[in-house]
Amino acid sequence: MDAESLLLSLELAAGSGLGLSPDRRAALLTSLQLVKRDYRYDRVLFWGRILGIVADYYIAQGLSEDQLAPRKTLYSLNCIEWSLLPPATEERATQMAMVKGRFMGDPSHEYEHTEFQKMTAEDDVVVQVKEETRLVSVIDQIDKAVAIIPRGALFKTPFGPVHVNRTFEGLPLSEARKLSSYFHFREPVGLKNKTLLEKADLDPSLDFLDSLEHDIPKGSWSIQMERGNSLVVLRSLLWPGFTFFHTPRTRNHGYIYVGTGEKNMDLPFML
Amino acid sequence: MGDPSEAPSRQYTNPRSFQGPDGRRSQESSQPQAAVPEEVPQMLLSQQRGSQGPPSGLPQTNLRWSQGASLPENENWQTSQIFQAAEAPMGHSEHPGFPLGFQTHAYMEDSRTLASEHTTNLMLQQLQQGQGSLFQQLEPTYHSPGASFLSQFDSSQREDQHFRPSTQHSPYPRDDPGSPRFSFSEQGFLYYSPEVPEPQPRDLAVQNAKAYLLQTSVGSDLSLYEHLVNLLTKILNQRPEDPLSILESLNRTTQWEWFHRKLDTLRDDPEMQPAYEMAEKQKALFIQGGGGDREQEMEEEMMETVVPNIMESAFHLEQASVGLSSDESFRIYLALKQLVQQQPVHTCRFWGKILGLRSSYLVAEVEFREGEEEEEEEEGEELLLEGAEALEPHGGEEEGEEDEEKVVDVVPKPQWKPPPVVPKEESRTGANKYLYFVCTEPGRQWTRLPHVTPAQIVCARKIRKFFTGHLDAPVISYPPFPGNEANYLRAQIARISAATHISPLGFYQFGEEEGDEEDEGGAGRDSFEENPDFEGIPVLELVDSLANWVHHTQHILPQGRCTWVNPLQKTEEEEEELREEEEKADQVLEEVEQEIGPPLLTPLSEDAEIMNMSPWTTRLSCSLCPQYSVAVVRSNLWPGAYAYASGKKFGNLYIGWGHKYSPDNFNPALPATVQQEYASGPEIMEMGDPTVEEEQALRAAQEQALAAAEKEEEDEEEEEDEDLED
Repeated sequence: MDAESLLLSLELAAGSGLGLSPDRRAALLTSLQLVKRDYRYDRVLFWGRILGIVADYYIAQGLSEDQLAPRKTLYSLNCIEWSLLPPATEERATQMAMVKGRFMGDPSHEYEHTEFQKMTAEDDVVVQVKEETRLVSVIDQIDKAVAIIPRGALFKTPFGPVHVNRTFEGLPLSEARKLSSYFHFREPVGLKNKTLLEKADLDPSLDFLDSLEHDIPKGSWSIQMERGNSLVVLRSLLWPGFTFFHTPRTRNHGYIYVGTGEKNMDLPFML
Repeated sequence: MGDPSEAPSRQYTNPRSFQGPDGRRSQESSQPQAAVPEEVPQMLLSQQRGSQGPPSGLPQTNLRWSQGASLPENENWQTSQIFQAAEAPMGHSEHPGFPLGFQTHAYMEDSRTLASEHTTNLMLQQLQQGQGSLFQQLEPTYHSPGASFLSQFDSSQREDQHFRPSTQHSPYPRDDPGSPRFSFSEQGFLYYSPEVPEPQPRDLAVQNAKAYLLQTSVGSDLSLYEHLVNLLTKILNQRPEDPLSILESLNRTTQWEWFHRKLDTLRDDPEMQPAYEMAEKQKALFIQGGGGDREQEMEEEMMETVVPNIMESAFHLEQASVGLSSDESFRIYLALKQLVQQQPVHTCRFWGKILGLRSSYLVAEVEFREGEEEEEEEEGEELLLEGAEALEPHGGEEEGEEDEEKVVDVVPKPQWKPPPVVPKEESRTGANKYLYFVCTEPGRQWTRLPHVTPAQIVCARKIRKFFTGHLDAPVISYPPFPGNEANYLRAQIARISAATHISPLGFYQFGEEEGDEEDEGGAGRDSFEENPDFEGIPVLELVDSLANWVHHTQHILPQGRCTWVNPLQKTEEEEEELREEEEKADQVLEEVEQEIGPPLLTPLSEDAEIMNMSPWTTRLSCSLCPQYSVAVVRSNLWPGAYAYASGKKFGNLYIGWGHKYSPDNFNPALPATVQQEYASGPEIMEMGDPTVEEEQALRAAQEQALAAAEKEEEDEEEEEDEDLED
């Protein structure tokens, strides 16, 4: 959610039950302003909170002018001091696949797991992974999997950069309940696979991202109307704790993740 | 077109005051073609001047006017032109453009001597005064010269003094802003073209242009012409800052407004219908019961009410970063109040919210008043019994039919008996201590959930399903869940309550009357009461040690109940019926052990760990102000369960999906082992199928026997034949 509309966004996203206490809110409002100034970001998003055993991580992301450019992620333990996280890489992602369980809450905590070496006859190597690295890859996974925006909120200029659409008036109510009105907020992956017929109907300045319709597994999104049918809330079932909200016919939209940072691998059984 | 004939005459009469060749006329007439660019202020300046009469602000004389027209004449001419422009019927194509263009042309002639300050002041004045009036005249209809007329404003070439001769290939003005709009040779050469034939191609061109613009677009009845009219009207009415930069948005808004006119004051917006309905329902919550004296009502309301102070607990939970937003909490409060009015409620509490796929459940934990027993339960039981009975005679019929058909072959009866059903707990005891009501949103009707049976709890432990939000949805799972979503929801609520309802140590204490432990089979005490002497535990201590918190709900045994019941102990009636079989069964089956769970009011420190991780996480709500903080305990086993305590107050809440946390992936229950086959007996004896060798051996033996038999027959025949022959 945008740091500028933090209070309203927190109110709207509160349907999932997890929000921020007043002291954290106050801290965020001030510190995110300073982050924006110091790092010269165009937009700062409050990404969410990852619950750990000992402490919680508060995550923020900074965006440059081009909205689809790689984002910078920052974390904090007390909402005042923010530290930049390194960008996510593929190797880190593969390492992370071995680590399970809750986050501890201590960035320097090390997870140990043994890697079985097939070739050498030596003992199994114990690989240590720092929690910070795990944090980076989990945030990246969540972003790639579930960060979404409504259709029309961003538009693409002919030169390439993607900008915030200042004339976005919100989705109409008839469209707000459809999964096809929401796009993944990441580089599109499945657009090339569309048939020419489908592409003919698309508006290239607005429809340049993947929509949620073809997400696998099917049914991994729950769409609800809350607050007396005036707010659309999308919750991800694959990453429980992720909430996206949008007030139809207005510009308010945003998402937040408040959860343990673990993927719900049992999803196919649960549907 | 009568007008063109008039207008040119009007136009052409006046310049007779000028000396000079007819070239001027042509120049005048060529002005629209040349699309004289002019700044608005300049033109308005002249207009203003025209309307004010001889202006004071025209110091210069037409010194450079090649024709040497005198200034007053020029002025008068300009004036008259302006008036003509104002009065002329707007249907005429050339008129607005022409004289003004001429004036601008004239003005351009003088512009070299115009000082910049001359215009800036007047410009601003006239912008405000003149522009509005001018454009209002032009508003009703726009036509192509109007379009080109306006296009003159977007790029001003004030410095550009060169007039371009209007030798163009098309009558349309060129509109790339870079090129000089009109050039005027130093010597003042004016392009001359005969007056009479010229208007016609231009007229035609203008009309073509207008017709093209009036074409309706493919998707709607709107034409570009009308759209531009609307757009420009809108801009001029609203006067936004920097309209060029928001031109696209204005364009889109105009388009949208065309199709979504807000003229209908009688009809509601159809899209917003569901929102309005919900709003109506929620409005009903806010209206207090009518009738009676206001004062009396207030007094009654000030008395103790069963509904808890939701706002207070919401405040505490908000400190812990948990909970719904404050207006939602207030609506929940009102909904609970509505529930209390409708049902005979003794105590009431907001249990929490369970999220579902299509809608979520708000759960209220309620205890009825003494004696208000539920009738729905009995109906439910009757239905179940009827269902069971219906099955039995059906089975009997089948067997009867088979008996008739095959007297000899009786289908062997299966000897498998379903495991004995563990009886449900009585209401107000154990897992059914409280009644639960659910609704999807505050304002909607509260629905009561049925009591939970041990079988449902046992099954709920094995499955993991999302709630859809509809209470009558089936739960399709393996092992098959005995019930629908309402039962599953109730089972999960029971499990969550049993596992996560905690209170600070000392808040509850056991009552003075303690039941004998022997009689209850070692189940322990199951009742407690509030401790009036509870003084509260300091928040820091609550956070530091888990031993300061205790469970105040009974643990659910693996059997599915809170108090253990031996399922094999049947009532006396059943024992008499099934005595013989049962005795055998008891001997064969294992002895069922009594299940014991942790007793009530055990501290949290005794809870089992999950993967080397404590099942509870404690936090201080705010580290910056520990004096006023709230102690928060978060469950790691049931993510979404929270408890807070501050001073003498505490509370529990659950907001989540309703599932337990399992570090390992979910493994669905395996199907049951294949049942044993029928016991062998004289009636049923299984034989193995013969193997191939045996079959072949048998066949060989048979063939041999057959061959031997044939041979014997032949021998006999031969003997008979021999006998006959003899």
